[in-house]
Amino acid sequence: MEYVEKLKAENRDWVADFKETYGEVTIYVPREAISGVCAVLKTAHGFDMLADLCGADRGPEEDPRFEINYHLLGTRHHHRLRLKVLLSEDDARVETVSNVWKTANWHERETYDMFGVMFDNHPDLRRILMPSDFDGHALRKDFPLRGYEPYSLS
Amino acid sequence: MSTAVENLPGEVEFLDQPLESQMTLSMGPQHPSTHGVLRLDLRLDGELVIKAIPDIGYLHTGMEKLFEYKKYQQGIVITDRMDYLNPLGNNLAYVMAAEKLLELEIPERAQIVRVLFCELQRIASHMVWLGTSALDLGAMSVFFFAFRQREKILNLIEAASGGRMTPSYFRIGGLMMDLPAGFDRRCRQFLDDFPDALDTFETLVTGNTIWQSRTMGIGVISREEAIDWGLTGPCLRGSGVDLDLRRDNPYSGYETYDFEVPVETDGDVWSRFLVRMRELRESWKIARQALDRLKPGPIKADAPKVVLPDRDDMRKHMDSLIHHFLIVAEGFNIPEGEVYHAVEGSKGELGVYMKSDGGPKPSRVHVRGPSFINLQALPVMSEGEMVADVVAIIGSLDIVLGEIDR
Amino acid sequence: MGLENTLFESLPDVITVKLDAVVNWARKSSLWPATFGLACCAIEMMNTVSSRHDLSRFGAETFRASPRQADVMIVSGRVSRKMAPVLRRIYDQMPEPKWVISMGACATSGGVFDNYAIVQGVDKIVPVDIYVPGCPPRPEMLVHAIMMLQDKIMNESVKDRYDTFEEESRRSIVPGTLPVTEGTALEKETAIEVEQNKTSRPYTIPSRHERRKSS
Repeated sequence: MEYVEKLKAENRDWVADFKETYGEVTIYVPREAISGVCAVLKTAHGFDMLADLCGADRGPEEDPRFEINYHLLGTRHHHRLRLKVLLSEDDARVETVSNVWKTANWHERETYDMFGVMFDNHPDLRRILMPSDFDGHALRKDFPLRGYEPYSLS
Repeated sequence: MSTAVENLPGEVEFLDQPLESQMTLSMGPQHPSTHGVLRLDLRLDGELVIKAIPDIGYLHTGMEKLFEYKKYQQGIVITDRMDYLNPLGNNLAYVMAAEKLLELEIPERAQIVRVLFCELQRIASHMVWLGTSALDLGAMSVFFFAFRQREKILNLIEAASGGRMTPSYFRIGGLMMDLPAGFDRRCRQFLDDFPDALDTFETLVTGNTIWQSRTMGIGVISREEAIDWGLTGPCLRGSGVDLDLRRDNPYSGYETYDFEVPVETDGDVWSRFLVRMRELRESWKIARQALDRLKPGPIKADAPKVVLPDRDDMRKHMDSLIHHFLIVAEGFNIPEGEVYHAVEGSKGELGVYMKSDGGPKPSRVHVRGPSFINLQALPVMSEGEMVADVVAIIGSLDIVLGEIDR
Repeated sequence: MGLENTLFESLPDVITVKLDAVVNWARKSSLWPATFGLACCAIEMMNTVSSRHDLSRFGAETFRASPRQADVMIVSGRVSRKMAPVLRRIYDQMPEPKWVISMGACATSGGVFDNYAIVQGVDKIVPVDIYVPGCPPRPEMLVHAIMMLQDKIMNESVKDRYDTFEEESRRSIVPGTLPVTEGTALEKETAIEVEQNKTSRPYTIPSRHERRKSS
């Protein structure tokens, strides 16, 4: 809760919404503000580790379709925080945070591979888990579980 | 036979300028020392590594997609196969995330048994780490000693759950079954013999000057870099950061146990090795305390719509039968919400982000595998090292490809 | 390489039967596996090799890292689509006589994972001799599989095994079709070849190994 107040004090636009459920605080951050918010949280409020960066697909009919969750952890004060960015399908781009925490590099590559979300200014955005000639983004809800082509060697 | 220059036949000529000094070596997916199917692109200048680029995805199993198609209790089986050296840890992270969403209260006996098995699993995972990294560096007999200890733990896990490596022992709301008769005696037998085995390892490995010279000063990563690259677990504690989720974000009753967190400051392969060896002792301590605390009691939470009833109950009472049928056939619904729960796995912070939309299947499950993040720091650690040391660094990172590729 | 095949083919049956017994005994008693551990079954394979269930009692003395020195390939673990061409390439590099044990449910039939990422059964890629079910199979099951393979080897004949000539096994892998990282020179070559219809994204062409008589 306090971090919400602190972020709002810095910049009114940074907090679009927040929720506190199951003992966790979730802050909805608008897309343009994410790298500013992350930089401030890292330097001023001690969230020096990005524990996890994952995408989620709400379903092809929802708008905004994709959400990107940033799970932050402070190694000194041991608090956790979740930032959420909502993206619509036609404009699934967000600024990279790999210049704030270097560990975001592979997380963002995986999110791109699985969902097709582009990260601007990422140093090396290419597929990481699937073969590089794979068609489609695997974790989207409209991608079938068994994929499109059955595997055959020739 | 002399190999001096004058004995070579006349047709051989010496090149004055070597062709190119940089070589790209693909330490391919099938390799005895990469601990799984990891491909490393090494740019080498002779034997010096200029750049090491990991290429993963050779074991990608689409588990996160599979979770969305399986009910919550079916997903526990899939978590076993992720970090296959620490399956009970994966089970625990998944199950606790679901329990957090359901806001269930777990009985004390179940929590104690969970802690006991997590620590036994941590010891087993470190045994594999010790055996395989020693094997990679040439100490072959350590492999057999370590796997001998691991067999004892696998016997215990098999006695409790039926599966050696894929136990799926924890359920949403408690445990699958109670501990069998005689488990206490067998576990105590193992815990009594384990310190001697640890002393053997200390003699064989830690006190070995060859081991020390092969691991000291190799693969150094500084404290700030370690936090920035998101390292967790023994890799982070080897660089001087005192972070252990069992003590700092405790779960399942860990705050009531008395243990220390080993931290070393040098950040090289040797410090990570020392951290893990000390962790073995601490895990042994915690397992002992957990075993001493066991008292008879319920092992499943009091939530008939979520937890399967006892088989006796099910045969005698109609409502238990109906609940059993519904849970197995349709699954239970978890209210809408999302949660991120992290446990301290044997490799680091094992986190599960679970998002539910009110149905019997989760809407998104993402597993934060610690080895995925730890491997990302490999290029940083191995720049400027020799090729043979890259093997030592990979061994010290303790990566499990199942968790990296999921 | 070619000499023993022509020799065996020209000998009368009465001699090859006796020769069979000796040769097969030698082959079955020193089956050296190639390390092809992929996932959880690999750890159970390591458990089989370690001191409790000791696999070297049965002749599997060392696990050779190089496929050129190995007899049997124990495919232990799930084979993902990215790994499949690598598996085929390793299989093709093994010299005859060679056998394949598909260890575990994932290698046999895809196992728990019926989805886009896993090949549903390694026999879509390599010919398999022994299938071992289990997830993961107990070490004793793997030992039983090796013993079954030994029985199978005893029933073979020396006339059946052809060694593939070097160029043919090299040609059986179309170069440039292994999964490559984007942006490397090899990917550009592959794109050019696909465009010119030289390859239609196949990973290998079935080689003479498929045509051998005993299986």
